[in-house]
Amino acid sequence: MGKTIAEKIFDDHRVDQPFDGVTVLRLDRVFCHEITTPTAIQDLVARGKDRVFDPDKIKAVIDHVTPAKDAKTALQGKVLRDWARRHKITDFFDIGRNGVCHALFPEKGFVRPGFVIIMGDSHTCTHGAFGAFAAGVGTTDLEVGILKGVCAFKKPDTLKIEIFGHLQPGVFAKDVILEVIRRITVNGATNQVIEFCGPVVDAMSMESRMTLSNMAVEAGATSGICRPDAVTVEYLWPFIKDEYPDRDAVLADFSRYLPDDDAVYAGQETIDVTDLVPLTTFGYKPDQVKPVSDMAGTRVDQVYIGSCTNGRIEDLRVAAQVVKGKKIAETIRAIVSPATADVFSKAMDEGLIKIFMDAGFCVTNPTCGACLGMSNGVLASGEVAAATTNRNFNGRMGKGGMVHLMSPATAAATALAGIIANSPLFAQPA
Amino acid sequence: MTTFSGTALCLDRADINTDEIIPARYLTEIDKNVLGPHLMEDLDLAGFDPQKDLAGINVLVTRENFGCGSSREHAPWALEANGIRVVIAESFARIFYQNMFNCGMLAITLDTKQIDRLCDAAGPSPVHISVDVDAGEITATAGPDTWTIPFTLSGFEKALVKAGGWVEYADQNY
Repeated sequence: MGKTIAEKIFDDHRVDQPFDGVTVLRLDRVFCHEITTPTAIQDLVARGKDRVFDPDKIKAVIDHVTPAKDAKTALQGKVLRDWARRHKITDFFDIGRNGVCHALFPEKGFVRPGFVIIMGDSHTCTHGAFGAFAAGVGTTDLEVGILKGVCAFKKPDTLKIEIFGHLQPGVFAKDVILEVIRRITVNGATNQVIEFCGPVVDAMSMESRMTLSNMAVEAGATSGICRPDAVTVEYLWPFIKDEYPDRDAVLADFSRYLPDDDAVYAGQETIDVTDLVPLTTFGYKPDQVKPVSDMAGTRVDQVYIGSCTNGRIEDLRVAAQVVKGKKIAETIRAIVSPATADVFSKAMDEGLIKIFMDAGFCVTNPTCGACLGMSNGVLASGEVAAATTNRNFNGRMGKGGMVHLMSPATAAATALAGIIANSPLFAQPA
Repeated sequence: MTTFSGTALCLDRADINTDEIIPARYLTEIDKNVLGPHLMEDLDLAGFDPQKDLAGINVLVTRENFGCGSSREHAPWALEANGIRVVIAESFARIFYQNMFNCGMLAITLDTKQIDRLCDAAGPSPVHISVDVDAGEITATAGPDTWTIPFTLSGFEKALVKAGGWVEYADQNY
């Protein structure tokens, strides 16, 4: 019987099967940030187990509140920083070199097809864009991962989501994933892995695929996996060129992790995106999704372009294209947070930062900050945000605030209009 | 025999997320007990007053997809800091569910009818619940009524509850 990508990865990484349906997997990567890891570190210290299974497989970053905003967040950073030094975790990214974890770690070349990756962050599923099994976990799983290099997972039933047709100009990966979540709902893929495939995914850049995979957890999925292909190879080539004679050899190697033709899926969804329009959320759940035109005119106080969903250079380029030479509405606060130092630097070189600043945007350093209401752009009660982030939960960006999720193009157009608006990049077919 | 017991509260809404269980603004706390007073302070549920309604509660009964959203283990910790070590729901989000057992706590899935009965039973006197993990049986008492509900845990989940959590289990086995 054929196997899915996740089943192949499980086969490769099985350490133990202590109970029916439960597999303990060997980890290739444990990613860490300063919000959920310090508690794990403190607990390991308290247990007399202040060890790490492999300092080269652990990568750490300070990203949620950076620079520290108060004594507590300064302490979180310090616990992580001291621990990284103590255990010679050389891939530790502190202020000035840091960025939003799920944008930074791929950019540094830390992800490969076939890897098993955990992190104490639900959007770890982002790394599935590379054909990895990457899952968000709690602090206890993280702790065991740090100490032993293993994590237990249930059998990975896979939901195949095939996306075909042609995306209209002005319609992006963010709109596709919002449509997927709208269709399958917020728990449509609970305890399942989503495998994104089809010609539309094949044609997407790695950055767009990361946007898809990033929000798989918003449908409850453990991971959101894209099939490794020539696009994956090209993205990773600078990091692996010494290990392979050429790109074809990499592709052949990565193809070990393609699903078998006769793989058995727990479910299948086929979506034609040809008529898809730009979308936005309207409630407190990521499956409450409507066309932007149905929400047009909705009052917005703050526009936020950034996060692990849509703070990459591709996103900033699209948003800058919309705002170039224009001014944001007087009633709007607009914030752009380049996801990493490298994204920021590229955006400077390309003149995007100047475009944003000339339009009236505030440009912040790379951080998760406002996305979960921790720093750098928290809403006041009763305020409304249009954001390129991944969650619109009640109070997400600040107690009493409302968040509408959308693509960078729509967010940029909304900043100009002062109300939710379609971007000029989108011209609905007649 | 592993048992959990106490007074139950019904949160009659689906998709209660981790931001509602413990808002992100408290994730700067390193001490789990400091989370206690902030449990569910942002919960969007008509008539719900966390200060009043969560007092003396040991068991939560709720609907589909409880704990969706963040991987933050602060959600089970905030429950534990309030003496709540059992959540009974129609279904759970994966990470929250695993976090509960990883902490040696209990997440039990029941069908809609059983949840309806538990939610409907709460009247002038609260529902008291006793969970026997080994027997796989919940005993519910509301006023003069007492009834039992069977439930299933996997071997792994039982082992984690018995070991007191995943760190202890993994340390013994890997």
